[in-house]
Amino acid sequence: MSTLVSGRTGEWEVVIGMEVHAQVVSNSKLFSGSSAVFGASPNNHVSLVDAAMPGMLPVINEQCVKQAVLTGLGLNAKINKFSVFDRKNYFYADLPQGYQISQFKHPIVGEGEVKIELSDGSTHKVGIERIHLEQDAGKSLHDQHPLKSYIDLNRSGVALMEIVSKPEMHSAEQAAAYIKKLRSILRYLGTCDGNMEEGSLRADVNVSVRRPGHLLGTRTETKNLNSVKFIMQTIEFEVNRQIELIENGGEVKQETRLFDTTTGMTRAMRGKEDAHDYRYFPDPDLLPLTFDDAFIDELRMGMPELPDEIKYRMVNEYGLSSYDANVLTEERETAAFYELASDGRDRKITANWMSVELFGALNKAGIELAQSPVSPSQLGDLIDLISDGSISGKIAKEVFSEMFETGKDAKLIVDEKGLKQVSDESTIFAMIDEVLAANLDKVNEYRGGKDKLFGFFVGQIMKASKGQANPGMVNQLLKQKLDI
Amino acid sequence: MSDLLKMTATQARNLLLKKEISSVELLDAYQTAMEETKGLNNYVTPTFEVAKQMAMDADKAYSQGTASSLSGLPIGVKDLFCTKDIETTACSAILKGFLPSYESTVTSKVWKSGGVMLGKLNCDEFAMGSSNETSIFGPSVNPWSKKDGNNLSSGGSSGGSASSVAAGAALMSLGTDTGGSIRQPAAFCGVVGLKPTYGRCSRWGIVAFASSLDQAGPFTRTVEDSALIFSAMAGHDPKDSTSASLKVPNFSKAVHAGIEGLRIGIPAEYYVDGMDIDILELWKKGRAWLEQAGATIVDISLPHTKYALPCYYIIAPAEASSNLARYDGVKYGKRIEAETLDEMYELTRADGFGEEVQRRILIGTYALSAGYYDAYYLKAQQVRRLIKEDFDKAFNEVDAILTPTTPSPTFPLGAEVSDPITMYLNDVFTVPANLAGLPGISVPAGLSKQGLPLGLQLLASHFREDKLFSTASAIEKQAEFSLVPPRAAGDLQ
Amino acid sequence: MSVDKHVVKKIARLARIHVSEKKSELLSADLGNILNWIEQLEEVNTDGVEPLSSVNEHALAWREDIVTDGEMPEKVLKNAPENAGEFFVVPKVIE
Ligand SMILES: [Mg+2]
Ligand SMILES: [Zn+2]
Repeated sequence: MSTLVSGRTGEWEVVIGMEVHAQVVSNSKLFSGSSAVFGASPNNHVSLVDAAMPGMLPVINEQCVKQAVLTGLGLNAKINKFSVFDRKNYFYADLPQGYQISQFKHPIVGEGEVKIELSDGSTHKVGIERIHLEQDAGKSLHDQHPLKSYIDLNRSGVALMEIVSKPEMHSAEQAAAYIKKLRSILRYLGTCDGNMEEGSLRADVNVSVRRPGHLLGTRTETKNLNSVKFIMQTIEFEVNRQIELIENGGEVKQETRLFDTTTGMTRAMRGKEDAHDYRYFPDPDLLPLTFDDAFIDELRMGMPELPDEIKYRMVNEYGLSSYDANVLTEERETAAFYELASDGRDRKITANWMSVELFGALNKAGIELAQSPVSPSQLGDLIDLISDGSISGKIAKEVFSEMFETGKDAKLIVDEKGLKQVSDESTIFAMIDEVLAANLDKVNEYRGGKDKLFGFFVGQIMKASKGQANPGMVNQLLKQKLDI
Repeated sequence: MSDLLKMTATQARNLLLKKEISSVELLDAYQTAMEETKGLNNYVTPTFEVAKQMAMDADKAYSQGTASSLSGLPIGVKDLFCTKDIETTACSAILKGFLPSYESTVTSKVWKSGGVMLGKLNCDEFAMGSSNETSIFGPSVNPWSKKDGNNLSSGGSSGGSASSVAAGAALMSLGTDTGGSIRQPAAFCGVVGLKPTYGRCSRWGIVAFASSLDQAGPFTRTVEDSALIFSAMAGHDPKDSTSASLKVPNFSKAVHAGIEGLRIGIPAEYYVDGMDIDILELWKKGRAWLEQAGATIVDISLPHTKYALPCYYIIAPAEASSNLARYDGVKYGKRIEAETLDEMYELTRADGFGEEVQRRILIGTYALSAGYYDAYYLKAQQVRRLIKEDFDKAFNEVDAILTPTTPSPTFPLGAEVSDPITMYLNDVFTVPANLAGLPGISVPAGLSKQGLPLGLQLLASHFREDKLFSTASAIEKQAEFSLVPPRAAGDLQ
Repeated sequence: MSVDKHVVKKIARLARIHVSEKKSELLSADLGNILNWIEQLEEVNTDGVEPLSSVNEHALAWREDIVTDGEMPEKVLKNAPENAGEFFVVPKVIE
């Protein structure tokens, strides 16, 4: 699928790179013992280290190191057993130290890749340049006072992974697929909760345009986008703006821009002429971060199966459609639910039941899978009842809604309501006899050649059995009776 | 009992243990001396009440038999250590009024060992200086100044810490040494000053100047006292990632171990142009003393010595420019109000930092900025490695190195303040140990012809402070330095 | 090596220290002298020498991931020149 964009003067190639800041899942901050949990009152999750009191020193959190390495493994990336924390120096109200501890020359994770799938079914690889660990800044509130900004340091020092892609995306769709896939992998690994609304995952998007085959154009960086929609809007806006600018004889300026969520437009950030002279140097309060192969191997052993591997198994071993496999692997919890529910049963039927009945009911009730009143084993039991002929598919739907409402087991509902399918020959013959006796005229018409009436008899018998008669047997036995 | 000020810490401790004197008595004598020597401008924040309480607690400990190694001993603290609920300023206008809600690891260890806090001592602003003249409180005066003569410098940056111990206004004191800030003032004031191995004492809670060089250490009147208080200060601190997790040996034993068979290096490169003749002679004497005490003298070479100072004046300002970024008028200390954030930063920092601090922040910012990093900062780090390797080689051959502490005795206040480079040259013999992370000690060893104290410096390899104590003790015995400075407290005379 | 006034101002701006016109002239000479003196480092052959940032030889120690700190806004804010409730306050920032 071509991703070229036509402008007034010809075609343009879009080049997109992304720097994703993913908040590391940990109890405490990267270099201090205060809580990393979101949502406390201002300056409550702040230690003297986070507030940069004189003489305070950083001590690294082992969990954050593990999470970064695990993320690197999940992105098939090179893990660096030697990395260095640097200070990135700049002044800002929510940066209490006057520097951010980050990694510059020697990041903890090197090159890796993410496989994305596009709507036309094609796949595409996006290279990862590096992942480094760094501190988050605090938060400035500009709307509390006409002349003042208010500063909350709760986030100051929370661990972030900055995941830097290579400039290998060429459309808003690719960028969206990339961020979704990345989010899914991080959530599978449990290294970032992926909550974009709360800012646990946010992206700086670098966009440039060039004539196909030419050198890279000048890029702009739009900061801190916290939804897939905003990322796409930013790219679309920037692509159009840049093409128009160049086609009208202008030049793209390398600058940092902000996205306005109300207008869907980007604008240049106010003056920061020295913003790029960060005077990085190794943080003398810390030593190089080192670990050995055994440390990496242990993390590798504990790694969960990732969506790509699970999907492969679903399509190739279970025979699911690529669509179903995508739906079932988007979230780790969904895949796990499915694996449990379908274990030892018909994989396809289970997939169907999950994506149609269960997801439908969850949607309607407006709840998440985690809160599902029907557990994986309960759903499995229901499917067993269908497979062994205890109930029909139609009855099963009825049983399912009852299960969803009450949380009761399928068997219990079937027993309580006497919904078990009737497969006993003599019982079914008895029902057939009754129906035929009551409709002798129609029996004659049928025997006279009106074949269509067969359906009518089946309907009447099913009705008489309250839907519980085994439909296959009804068909077969009815035929015997009528064709005498 | 007027002899109270004359006792060493070890002597005082023995009398306290025997209950021949009380902690409160001892404290009273020191507090009187503090009043008497006020003109030396050593204490920027005396802590009379806290001291009283601590002395009473110490007496209780002695009577209950629970006394620790420093119980009841009066100790002054450089105003660079954060002390809980006691104003901590780093002698800078920008931190005026700052009340930490925490206590530095080193001071809290000293208080836990029973030490009695006399107050906060004068120093150069953010420890940047070699004469104590950059302090917002004005300079500490050297008690060796003639009674009717010029005010002489106590040295710096820990000027108040050295002067107070020399003047009998503190039995012992705490300082920090980034490029010589303990050893140089100790030499200028005629007391013992120890800069431990980098990583031996925790830096947690000490206002940072240059993080890869800063180390806390004690000022005392004797080597034995130095070992006593140092044992209480040293040790691993999980709150400081650069602190070494090593056991602290019994240093007091090392003081009396003798130096029979030790090999002492004399580095050729420490003979520098313009060095005071008195110092050269003293250095020769020191060499002879050590030989007499049974050591073997070895001539060694530390070829990159000459480059230590310029190397230091890139690395220390670079780290300082970043460490001092937190003083921005937002969280604590001074603020000059302005309409915009940047204006507020710029005015606050221009007003709150003194000239030398600003100069070093600017040098450091320059050395780290785009386009200059490789030529200055990276180059300095490479030279730093060469300096360290010089020492590594030397310590394959010798147990300790003997040098003068400073190239000259102290000087009148105001004499050097106008020329930064002349001022920087004071640290020519002390800076290499900081760059290499080595322990060093300055021992008072004699007087210049003008009657000013001179110090000899001993250096040892990483974490071998024990060897410093053994050799310094040998020098101390033979030098018999026991003179009292003219402006010391009356009872010390 | 001289540091011209323009460079002094740029550096001072990076360091967020206000310098007056007059002061930038003084500093220009002052910093120039110091940097000149520092440039004797150029005499040292450092080809292939690994830069030394830390003399420590032990490995960086790691902390366990448990919450041991925080929940003390009064201590965090008590020295602040200006605060509003539990917030620090600064002149309005326009992005
Ligand atoms: Mg970025
Ligand atoms: Zn970042």
